[in-house]
Amino acid sequence: MNPFSEVTSFLDGAVAVAVVLIGVSLLLTFVRLIKGPSLADRVVALDLLTVLAMGVIGLRVIATGDVLYLEIALALGLVAFLATVFFARLIETRGRELDHGYDTMDRSKER
Amino acid sequence: MHGVSEIVAGVLILIGSFFVFVAAIGILRMPDVYVRMHAATKAGTLGSGLLLLAVAVQADELDVVLRAVAAVLFLIATTPVAAHLLGRASYISGVPLWRGTKLDELQGKYDRDTRALAGRLPDDAPHEPGRRS
Repeated sequence: MNPFSEVTSFLDGAVAVAVVLIGVSLLLTFVRLIKGPSLADRVVALDLLTVLAMGVIGLRVIATGDVLYLEIALALGLVAFLATVFFARLIETRGRELDHGYDTMDRSKER
Repeated sequence: MHGVSEIVAGVLILIGSFFVFVAAIGILRMPDVYVRMHAATKAGTLGSGLLLLAVAVQADELDVVLRAVAAVLFLIATTPVAAHLLGRASYISGVPLWRGTKLDELQGKYDRDTRALAGRLPDDAPHEPGRRS
């Protein structure tokens, strides 16, 4: 389980460090995805999650030489973009029916 | 020769994963949607873009390089569009700004019923002859 157990070159070391960093990043983003508080926050977190997944795929391609995964990265990016666009559409048209989940203490600044 | 590209790729990976980490910290720690979006889209795109660029640097075959570069270009092309749409949607739907916000230049400028900037027709408004669109 130790990602540093098979490090033999600089590239392997960099990949090991990057795997740890991206893993922690995925966890932090997931915390935001769960916490919200508004739908827009969750969509932003979801968008970042897929961008991170593209990074993970890049790392995997470097580590294993499995070139096919690059196409998955492209398709994932496309799907994530479309998902974000349609979520934005949903928030824009239905947003006023949503509870944004924030404790707004200052109602006078309401737009 | 081969060693140089490996070292360049390694450095790109380290920088990229650092920026990805910064994006994740930003999305967790920043105070409201708009600032979180700022952290997530810019730092996240840069980080993942650098990681995919590292794939292009260390690859031997041309098609791998092209695919990796295409993925980077795709990322650069789509993330700002998605972020702009999301920011606009959350502003219009009334997601509150952070209490410490100093300046809101759009305040009162959006007609929240037609979802257009004041004085303009929305793009999806039904066309009425006699009104300029």
